[in-house]
Amino acid sequence: MLKIFRADLHVHSVLSPCGSLEMSPARIIHEARQKHIDILAITDHNSTRQCRVVMKLGGDAGIKVWGGAEINTREEVHSLALFEDLQAINEFQRWLDKWLRVIKNKPDYFGDQVWVDENENILGEEERLLIVSIDRSLEQSYEEVHRLGGVFIPAHIDRRSNSLISQLGFIPSDVRADALEISPNAEPEYVLSQGWGKIKPLVAGSDAHQPDKLGTHVTHLKMKDTTLEEFKKALKCKSGRKILPLWDNNRS
Amino acid sequence: MTVNDIVHKLGLTVFGGEKGLDREITGGYVSDLLSDVMGNASEGDVWITLQTHKNVMAVASLKEVAAVILVKGLKPDDDTLAQSNEEGIPLLGTELEAFDVAGKLYALIKSK
Repeated sequence: MLKIFRADLHVHSVLSPCGSLEMSPARIIHEARQKHIDILAITDHNSTRQCRVVMKLGGDAGIKVWGGAEINTREEVHSLALFEDLQAINEFQRWLDKWLRVIKNKPDYFGDQVWVDENENILGEEERLLIVSIDRSLEQSYEEVHRLGGVFIPAHIDRRSNSLISQLGFIPSDVRADALEISPNAEPEYVLSQGWGKIKPLVAGSDAHQPDKLGTHVTHLKMKDTTLEEFKKALKCKSGRKILPLWDNNRS
Repeated sequence: MTVNDIVHKLGLTVFGGEKGLDREITGGYVSDLLSDVMGNASEGDVWITLQTHKNVMAVASLKEVAAVILVKGLKPDDDTLAQSNEEGIPLLGTELEAFDVAGKLYALIKSK
């Protein structure tokens, strides 16, 4: 039996320097419940260190949380890396730690980079600035995410900064990606006229940095359950699973 | 001045696109945002960049630039190199940073 799930595939937590201090795991899950989100992806800049706590709280609240990060590749293209399995997340974190360029964060300027527990006690602070790029290309990043069983999605491809379009001019027809994410403020007519949906499935996320934005842009997924494996099937339109069109009002 | 002239005068590495070494150079453009290059580079420019993705050659071909120089000792991706050969647009390299190679290229072009 296939169902429609509401997924916000791009959410920042308090760990992102630009993320609001209100974006604690408890607040994120509270917000997601209020907005009837079934699936949430925690995607902080170049770090997975906050997603474990959110995954646990989400599990308790009946909301599926995929962990991962919004990585910044060598080309300075932001891309979402999504995983379900903690072991894969741990291994991906080691890869990020290896390739993140070491530039010290200035919290006064860029913002705090702490991760917290379910009661909002600080568990740790990342001293390296997380918004810089890692020393791995888009292609190398895609390979690593796939090696670990994850899903790789270039983020907000239509944006004027840190996107496939801004950095590399256009979407190569053979782009190594599982889907392409459209930014929250994209005009539907513009996106449809570009034909990106013919290259890869288009998905949306809120790119929320503060609680009120969470869930304001979602992707509807037709799947059996909320596992990442089902999402992979939906991305390939296997056995009736699919990603519903972003701007289709008829979602049945 | 041809691409071959600047290869010799600036000691550049030729990665690929040798067929285009006799192309005429009329100016230069420095940018790492391919969307910007698509909008602003001119035919006959030497394009100086740190991007190594194969889209570089597609944009180089679209804008009909004379050649591309990769800075800081960066090497092209394999498919970038293949496309350079296919398009016949020289893909060059230098150990210098963009500022330095652009300054030297500017001086060469202006001295003509």
